[in-house]
Amino acid sequence: MASFDEQITVNVLTGFLGSGKTTLLRRLLRSPMLKDSAVLINEFGEIGLDHFLIERIDGDAVLLQSGCVCCTIRGDLRDSVRDLYDRRQRGDLPAFRRLIIETTGLADPAPIVQTLVGEPVLRNHFVLGNVVTLVDSVTGADTLARHEEASKQVAVADRLVLSKTDLAAPEEVIRLEELLRRVNPTAALDHTEGDAGPPPDRLLTSDVVDPQSRDAAVANWLAEAPPGGHNQGPHHHDHASADVNRHGDIAAVSLVVDEPLDWTGFSVWLTMLLNRHGQDVLRVKGLLNIAGVETPVVLHGVQHVIHPPVHLAAWPSGDTRTRLVFIGRGLDGDLLERSFRAFLALGAAA
Amino acid sequence: MCGLCGSLGGSADWAEAGADVSKASAPRRGERQARARLANRVLALYGLKLEDWGGASYVLRNRTGGTQIIDNLTQMWPAAELLARRPCDPLDPDVVDAVERLAPTPG
Repeated sequence: MASFDEQITVNVLTGFLGSGKTTLLRRLLRSPMLKDSAVLINEFGEIGLDHFLIERIDGDAVLLQSGCVCCTIRGDLRDSVRDLYDRRQRGDLPAFRRLIIETTGLADPAPIVQTLVGEPVLRNHFVLGNVVTLVDSVTGADTLARHEEASKQVAVADRLVLSKTDLAAPEEVIRLEELLRRVNPTAALDHTEGDAGPPPDRLLTSDVVDPQSRDAAVANWLAEAPPGGHNQGPHHHDHASADVNRHGDIAAVSLVVDEPLDWTGFSVWLTMLLNRHGQDVLRVKGLLNIAGVETPVVLHGVQHVIHPPVHLAAWPSGDTRTRLVFIGRGLDGDLLERSFRAFLALGAAA
Repeated sequence: MCGLCGSLGGSADWAEAGADVSKASAPRRGERQARARLANRVLALYGLKLEDWGGASYVLRNRTGGTQIIDNLTQMWPAAELLARRPCDPLDPDVVDAVERLAPTPG
């Protein structure tokens, strides 16, 4: 498998209909930061590329003034990404280092992410970076209540961007932020107003896959995630506690373990859980304190695919507890916690 | 290779990751045996048994002689469901009860 330096980072840009993806894309495409990037979009027409187009490479690819290559998605996403990679390798397209994929507004992002991380050929050449989800400040709460796809778009996000915050009442924005935090407590949250908003590097980089930004990305998860519970048990070593939040059927379950956890018990449990419930576990993020391992271990995954665990050089803060967040559909948080604790205890007793 | 990395996947991505992770972590001796021992306690709930097979793979057996060769835990659970002819669900309350009985926690 290619190393991080050789792999192409993929960002997924998603958001429900009317959430402002096109406006954000238009801003991103002008940025010099995207000079080594390729962008897969649904349609050229919507974006209005004419003003910053340098040349048309072929029927579905254009080179922009920023150096970014912009292509339209043709049919199947997997085929489009493979085709893009093949053209890059042949020299027909510049050797882009980042790929940004725009989803349609109605897209369920889980299978898209699954395609990128689960398909063997793609997994060899691409690594999933931040998933950026736009949410309309005015209609977002209603959309989340009505459409499961919108909740899933929020659930899988690493970056949540509230658009049109200038058009919504401040208290509406605060309520929506609280709602988003309940569905996905690990994502960083930003605002956009028209053409103003967070810089591209804040949205697209600073991810956990890049060794340069890993520590900061993990610190960010932990800063955004709920603190979980504290040790209320008398003295058992595998105490955990759950903080369960729900919106519709999507729930975030936060587990905190005070003592170093038994890796064997944990890995038996997690593989068993993901085998049976992988379709419903949209994201897993965690920083683990593992018995016998000195450095903290970062674990993150999408559905039933867990990325290779990586060690941080040091704990991001004085808090050395294991903290795990599961964001999933229809998860029973209490049962999840009980099961987790039972398997950890079994591992520790073995 | 770091013991953490082989146990979840065993596919190329985990194996490669091991090289990276091992820089910061000592190999965990006996991890493979510990994994099989623990897995067997859970698999026994389904009438299954896991045995090491040549130090690189495992063989999973049911009581009627059915076998599956697997490389890692990720491959083990689909094979276990096939041999047990039922779901292996860690969120099944009966399974949680049974695992709690195997290692009761104080209090």
